[in-house]
Amino acid sequence: MKVIVCVKQVPDSAAAVTVEGGVVDWGDAPLVINPWDEYAVEAGLLLTEAHGGDVVALSMGPEDAKEAIKHALAMGCSEAILVSDPALAGADAQAAARALAAAVEKIGDADVVLFGRQAIDSDTGILPPQVARALGWPAVTQVSALPAFDPDAKTFQAERTIEQGRQVVESKLPAVISVIKDYAEPRYPSFMGIRKASRAEIPLWSLADLGIEAPESVVTWPELMNPPEREVTTEIIEGDSPEEIATQLADKIIGEKVL
Amino acid sequence: MSNKVWVFIDQFKGAPVSSSWEALGAGRKLADELGTGLTALVFGEGVQAVAETAGQYGADEVLLADDASLTDFRPEPYAALFSKLAQEGEPAIVLFPTTTRGRELAAMAAVDLNTGVLVDVTEMALEGDAVVATRPIYAGKLLAKVRCSARPQLITLRVRAFGKPELDEGRSATITKVEPVMDEGQIATKVVEYKTTEGGVSLVDAGVVVSGGRGVANNPSLEPPADISDENEQEIWRAQQGFKLIGELAEVLGAAMGASRAAVDGGYIPYEYQVGQTGKVVSPDLYIACGISGAIQHMAGMRTSKVIVAINKDADAPIFNFARFGVVGDLYNIVPALTQAFRERLEK
Repeated sequence: MKVIVCVKQVPDSAAAVTVEGGVVDWGDAPLVINPWDEYAVEAGLLLTEAHGGDVVALSMGPEDAKEAIKHALAMGCSEAILVSDPALAGADAQAAARALAAAVEKIGDADVVLFGRQAIDSDTGILPPQVARALGWPAVTQVSALPAFDPDAKTFQAERTIEQGRQVVESKLPAVISVIKDYAEPRYPSFMGIRKASRAEIPLWSLADLGIEAPESVVTWPELMNPPEREVTTEIIEGDSPEEIATQLADKIIGEKVL
Repeated sequence: MSNKVWVFIDQFKGAPVSSSWEALGAGRKLADELGTGLTALVFGEGVQAVAETAGQYGADEVLLADDASLTDFRPEPYAALFSKLAQEGEPAIVLFPTTTRGRELAAMAAVDLNTGVLVDVTEMALEGDAVVATRPIYAGKLLAKVRCSARPQLITLRVRAFGKPELDEGRSATITKVEPVMDEGQIATKVVEYKTTEGGVSLVDAGVVVSGGRGVANNPSLEPPADISDENEQEIWRAQQGFKLIGELAEVLGAAMGASRAAVDGGYIPYEYQVGQTGKVVSPDLYIACGISGAIQHMAGMRTSKVIVAINKDADAPIFNFARFGVVGDLYNIVPALTQAFRERLEK
């Protein structure tokens, strides 16, 4: 069985992110694998441990955007590919989806393509269904468990989270699946894994290698802004007893007319 | 179908979600500004009443697909139908609520129609028929102005960012029936069952959220039952006593309960309660943070709350910098007293 996990390099979630002259600045925070994607890598490794096969980590970004795939390799993926082409700079989600779908087809014979639920920088969450659509495969998103998975019969059952609770879905393979944190705690990279990842030659695939023209990007973000400062005067409520504090606080909250 | 502004009405088991009406209200404004009509799309089974309500909330026309293959939302048949209607009707703008369903449908339709999606938008302005939208990125640490050069512009609106319009019972829309384009045999997925949450308030839709953090486990005077000897399990047991108090406050306020990542990672409460950059992003009118220090990842998930209240033992906790009201004290004392105070005031 072949599993492809799509991973993205992003600034660490603890970074204070600001805009300086239209350029995003995350200070000296490290670049890391998108935290959601670690769950996808874990899900891929668990699937191949149960059913055999290999996990290929696939990423897209500038030539040096290798943190995410190196982490995926260190966790245990057997192979990694970086789709990188100057023509993809500023690609919108749909263009990225078309490039990734072409890479999935070039890798070939995948049973499943896994994603984390969304990237913590662009925060769109639309890439998994868009890659599925570009491939003509079903998409099952926000999956917390795969209670059944049969690569021979090419079917699986997924438990997924929607606003109203959990839903159990049956689907055919191949499919695109995005997973959430409930799926499984991601393993730490082993020492051997880290050594292997640091020495790995990571192939770069250009659009020419994928055999496609540069997909058109129609979404642009001409302006980035720091959010307005939260203008808040903090009022500390004090009193001689919890009851006295609570009474004052309840009255003040009611006075804000937010209930 | 010559209306230039369309809105997808998201429903679950025949009940429209409230954010669909927020999107319809935002669509009405755009349509009026453009001097065009407003079309609502209602897909499902047994959803005639939803179509009628869409008229009362401001739609001029409803495209209604009522069919057994559309009972449960599945992205493939919904996208196939949506894309066909959009190819025929050529709307300039289509709005969706940013729900799991709205997001998936817009994403797939964008591939079919070779256009873009502006996701989780919090503000919109028009330049001609082009929408300049504002959306939070990096979990709200930054804002981006975004636009889409292709048509239709598919835009998903953040839940609770746009006001819900008034229902006008005297209003009605022209309802046009449309047929699905995929039959059951062509659809690769099937919904087997739902395990829906009983009662409780959905976190992202909630007007009031009461959250707990690492501090909920911090009550050494609580003695765990003798049969719990593992230290980690004792900590979880303590935390659960704290979350009981938070749950009681939430119940009195008709609020949803939330948690910080520290509380979820500690095993105190399931992940579905997590608020923050790697959890849910909420924007309630009132957010009460109990025993939460206010790490940047947590603040990213609730910073747009109207009024933030912080209860924390540590006077230096960063959460106090964002709070309108703060109490430096033990949540185990303050929260039950606050529950009681609200009970006396709100249940009169």
